[in-house]
Amino acid sequence: MITLDKLTKVFETANGPVTAADHVSMEVPEGEICILLGPSGCGKTTALKMINRLIPKTSGKIFINGRDTDEQNVTELRRGIGYVIQQIGLFPNMTIVDNICVVPDMLGWDRAKSRKRAMELLEMVNLDPAVFANRFPKELSGGQQQRVGVVRALAADPPVMLMDEPFGAIDPINREVIQDEFLKLQKEFRKTIMFVSHDIDEAVKMGDKVAIFRAGKLEQFDSPDNVLAHPANPFIADFVGSDRTLKRLRLVTVGQAMFDAPAVTEDDTLDRAAGVMRDLDHDFVVVTDRHGRPDGYVRQAVAEAKHGTIAEHHARLPVTVEAGQDLRTAVSQMFTHDVTWLAVTDSQGRYQGVVTQQGITHLLGKTYGAAATAGTAAAAE
Amino acid sequence: METVGFIADNLDLIAALTVEHVSIVGVAVGLAILTGVPIGIAITQNRKVADAVLYTAGVLITIPSIALFGVLIPILSTIGHGIGYLPAVIAVLLYSQLPIIRNTYTAINNVDPALREAARGMGMRPLERLRRVEIPLAVPVIMAGVRTAVVINIGVTAIAAYIGAGGLGTLISRGISQTDPRQLVAGALAVSLLAIVADYALLWAQKRLTPSGVRA
Ligand SMILES: Nc1ncnc2c1ncn2[C@@H]1O[C@H](COP(=O)(O)OP(=O)(O)O)[C@@H](O)[C@H]1O
Ligand SMILES: [Mg+2]
Repeated sequence: MITLDKLTKVFETANGPVTAADHVSMEVPEGEICILLGPSGCGKTTALKMINRLIPKTSGKIFINGRDTDEQNVTELRRGIGYVIQQIGLFPNMTIVDNICVVPDMLGWDRAKSRKRAMELLEMVNLDPAVFANRFPKELSGGQQQRVGVVRALAADPPVMLMDEPFGAIDPINREVIQDEFLKLQKEFRKTIMFVSHDIDEAVKMGDKVAIFRAGKLEQFDSPDNVLAHPANPFIADFVGSDRTLKRLRLVTVGQAMFDAPAVTEDDTLDRAAGVMRDLDHDFVVVTDRHGRPDGYVRQAVAEAKHGTIAEHHARLPVTVEAGQDLRTAVSQMFTHDVTWLAVTDSQGRYQGVVTQQGITHLLGKTYGAAATAGTAAAAE
Repeated sequence: METVGFIADNLDLIAALTVEHVSIVGVAVGLAILTGVPIGIAITQNRKVADAVLYTAGVLITIPSIALFGVLIPILSTIGHGIGYLPAVIAVLLYSQLPIIRNTYTAINNVDPALREAARGMGMRPLERLRRVEIPLAVPVIMAGVRTAVVINIGVTAIAAYIGAGGLGTLISRGISQTDPRQLVAGALAVSLLAIVADYALLWAQKRLTPSGVRA
């Protein structure tokens, strides 16, 4: 756990004092990623570097797992915190494996043990140790170097990590890949992480919590969904963007927006299909095959007008989505295929229910309606 | 043709003088590395001190060698070494300071600040940082300074023959005083050749000492 208590930093400059952190108080629970977010110059890096004491604070307290950082030896403190910077900072005179083992070596770990762990970590970020371990940093691409930078911070297995725009210098496509890899690592290691970003999309994707800063002040500290759904003030609303509702699509899974809708099989009659649709008040019904997989659908107009079995009258489904995918994917598929609903499957492809445009709109809108009434309650607290 | 004959007849002498020459330059530059590199590293901590030190070393190198010997003779006479080996070594030591200090200072200062920050953030102490990161990265530039110092001072040492330091300058000074062009040319050739050979040898050493991760 990382706790900041009224953390304050005033830089004395030639043009007078600059307050880079102004009584910042917050808490990052164990195993969570907290994103420090805000425009350039708002004090994110300063806040981060006060934690490993690269920047001395003016006042306030910092606790890591309950221990006051001021009371620890600064070298030991830093060796116990994984540190990743945007410029990566791999030492060009050392091989990849030696770079990774810098902290374990300083801590006096057994060489065989640290080398073995380095190899495992390289594998986890999809860098073949046989190929990369003995290369030098300049022989790696930017994205590969950044992976090594992350791995190096994890090498000594520190409980806490500080990451300053770690993926900021990587092209957008690679950045997505690296972000996904990192989330996978985090699922396994459960580090407590402070992560600086200026990119709202990255914050929403990576953060368990988001801390938004402006001019050294912590403006909002909340879950990504709440930051998007209920920005605390116009500055934040503006910062997260006018498309913030669309951004929320990433945070909600198809499963959350899906509702049950009974399906019919090919052997059923059109009359039965028409009955199902009337019960649901839908103008379509999904048809599943022998294995319970969605195979097609019947339109209400067809079911009402014709007779016979469904096998003769069903239309193909252009696409389906999995319940675990996010709503952004679902909506994107809807637009691509010009449909207003999608059949949802589990990871084995079995039919689960449907997700509709109307249902998505309703789900995203619900939290705003709730906020309008909850707002008065919150104000009263 | 006469010169070639002279050289062929006096190979032993030339070899002995070369050894003397090399020992003056080698010892003095060796000592200059031991003083100049730490000074160059130390002054990275303070800009004002750095400017003052580099200025002083810069002034030193502009003093003509004959004038420097002139200054050293009375001082060193007090300990009975006014002429000979010691003043030559001291002169070379002083002239070597500028290229070595300046190159060390520049090289350490030019280490990417991101590397320094990464090193500090990972908990390297200042001396660990120097030993494991900054010095290995600075070696090529420091070695370039050493090369400059060696080449300059092979010339300076030739002049030190006039204060009895020995070395290849002896041939030149005798050649002049005895109006013997054979000795003069042989001495001048030997000094030039020594400078070129030393430069290449040090270039090779510089490449060997450069960490393979930063070799071009
Ligand atoms: N060493 C320093 N001296 C003076 N001012 C500084 C220093 N470092 C940062 N600042 C100022 O503090 C503010 C916050 O900087 P920083 O934490 O780097 O912002 P961010 O990381 O959010 O872009 C800025 O106004 C910056 O100019
Ligand atoms: Mg920053």
